[in-house]
Amino acid sequence: MAKLLEIENLKTHFFTSAGTVKAVDGITYDVDEGETVAIVGESGCGKSVSAMSILQLIPDPPGKIVEGSIRFQDRDLLKLSQDEMRDVRGKDIGMVFQEPMTSLNPVLTIERQLTETLEEHLGLTGKPAQDRAVEMLGLVGISEPHRRLQQYPHHLSGGMRQRVMIAMALMCEPKLIIADEPTTALDVTIQAQILELMKNLTRELGVALIVITHNLGVVARYADRVNVMYAGKIIESGTAREIYHNPHHPYTLALLKSVPRMDQPRKAKLDPVDGQPPDLTRLDDGCSFRPRCGYAVAKCATSFPALESIKGALIVSCFEQKKVSMKSTRTPRARGAATARKTVRKAS
Amino acid sequence: MSSATASGARARKPAARAAKAKRPAAKKVDWSKAETLISVRGLKMYFPVTEGVLVPKVVAHVKAVDGVDFDIKKGETLGLVGESGCGKTTTGRCILQLEKATGGEIIYDGMNLTTADRKAMRPMRERIQVIFQDPYSSLNPRMKIGEIISEPMMVHKTEPDEAARQERVRELLSVCGLNPKFSDRYPHEMSGGQRQRVGIARALSVKPEFIICDEAVSALDVSIQAQVINLLEDLRDEYNLTYLFIAHDLSVVRHLCHRVAVMYLGNMVELAECDELYDNPMHPYTQALLDAVPIPDPVIEQKRKHQIIKGEIPSPINPPPGCVFHPRCPMAVDACKKNMPEFREIRPGHWVACSEI
Repeated sequence: MAKLLEIENLKTHFFTSAGTVKAVDGITYDVDEGETVAIVGESGCGKSVSAMSILQLIPDPPGKIVEGSIRFQDRDLLKLSQDEMRDVRGKDIGMVFQEPMTSLNPVLTIERQLTETLEEHLGLTGKPAQDRAVEMLGLVGISEPHRRLQQYPHHLSGGMRQRVMIAMALMCEPKLIIADEPTTALDVTIQAQILELMKNLTRELGVALIVITHNLGVVARYADRVNVMYAGKIIESGTAREIYHNPHHPYTLALLKSVPRMDQPRKAKLDPVDGQPPDLTRLDDGCSFRPRCGYAVAKCATSFPALESIKGALIVSCFEQKKVSMKSTRTPRARGAATARKTVRKAS
Repeated sequence: MSSATASGARARKPAARAAKAKRPAAKKVDWSKAETLISVRGLKMYFPVTEGVLVPKVVAHVKAVDGVDFDIKKGETLGLVGESGCGKTTTGRCILQLEKATGGEIIYDGMNLTTADRKAMRPMRERIQVIFQDPYSSLNPRMKIGEIISEPMMVHKTEPDEAARQERVRELLSVCGLNPKFSDRYPHEMSGGQRQRVGIARALSVKPEFIICDEAVSALDVSIQAQVINLLEDLRDEYNLTYLFIAHDLSVVRHLCHRVAVMYLGNMVELAECDELYDNPMHPYTQALLDAVPIPDPVIEQKRKHQIIKGEIPSPINPPPGCVFHPRCPMAVDACKKNMPEFREIRPGHWVACSEI
């Protein structure tokens, strides 16, 4: 299939008084037409910033895209002017934000929020625009769409607002939708409804989807490919099946092992990832996961491992990737990790 | 009404089910024989909805908790799960007497907390502590970590000596996996996971026996969440703590709790031992809730048949008549619209509020 989006060596840095925050530090990935790609990582790993960089919604100052290229349908988005970029946003690329409570305008009716993008991009107003809005609301599963058009966001529940957000993103028939934590603020039963809806709509309409999430469970069912981010870099990438069944980066492995799973026997203890995510202003040349990694060797401190392809369509950035395996019953722990538990014993 | 058999429920078991597995046998405790620490009977909490500015008039009530019964045994961890707005947090706040309950009783170790006055409540607050959800707003930004942790000890006069108190702060910090030097820092200098550890240290400072964990790990990142869960488990085993673990993440609750109660719209719909509830959920809401939890494995997920529950939670101002779940329930019959189902024991220790089982 044809490549829809190709991101190469993208670097987005924030220049703050505390130092340069390398939020996104050289990431490369692509999205095929109609494909669902997930970006997984913890808060502060740069996953949202990488998505905002595609639409150039980075506040400048302090943020700046310092390097890289974003090719979308054979155009480099980073070389477009402000006006050309406005045409891309909402028309070619739709966006679904995390907070359905705050990302809709509270003083505009649902109709106005939906038709605004039609007017801006397609010059569609009046009855045709309204018809399109009604059609889209029906498509995302909102009952009585005519009545809903006259309502304001505060009339709707969180799940309904997220449906409106999805309808907004789909209004101009985009080629790509970026969904930034689309279900994080929602309850589990509503989350299941929204995920099912997004999967069905993107398949039916042939829209490609980038889902950004911290929850590995959410994307297991829907993503074709998964990119795992840590401290501004993609550290592992591959098909969903490979990432979940046969990860070769210690961080991915640790993430999968640290969540209690409903389909597995209850364990006496969880295997947490020890330590804290690094301070992005103080990154050195070595691997940023090194202090928390049980597999770390001397080489990890001096150079960052390059991404290399290994069997099974997996790309990994780790020197010790051959040793990392899902089958090992216990992940080795980083040095000094066991001290916390010992102090509990000692103090009592 | 209460003579229905359990066989019907067995036949309706959804396709995907949590693996049948038990915790290591050594930890098996028969909780029915353990001493009861706290028992909640018919707890009701209605918040008035008012209209008018100068002369407010009560026009309706939000029925946040509408008649809830449960017991917690000594040393047990009871999980309280449900979606937002189901009343799980309000139940916890009523036990802490942060809300004055509209009706019902809360008996803690023989004492009725709902009728206790401020003076009688004081020594109880030493025994009951709470860990809040949001590690960012539950610590005073103008106080140093040491002051935050020592404040409960000063209020309850458990450690009047300044030097001894400082020593205790250092000990608590290291118990909670933090550097004792952190006592001179301010909350903004710490990450979310570290702040939550401070919240735990503060709760432990007065040596409580019962801790209410209100979404204590929900705001944390996946890798940090597992650290805090392990810490809570270690502390429970070390100090014989009893927890009421309020959460919406069903997989975390399964890992940590001995018994689990499921709430929906102010009512308790199911209560059972942890393994029993996850292996054999009977209430259609519990089944739907368990079904909606995603499993981080694409192969299993794609094979799983999801029965996605329709609709949204109704308003607690005007809850549906009869069974509160009937508008979304796949099994509802006409009788469900009229009769409130009784919360009854279907098997030993397994309580369900559904008349169709």
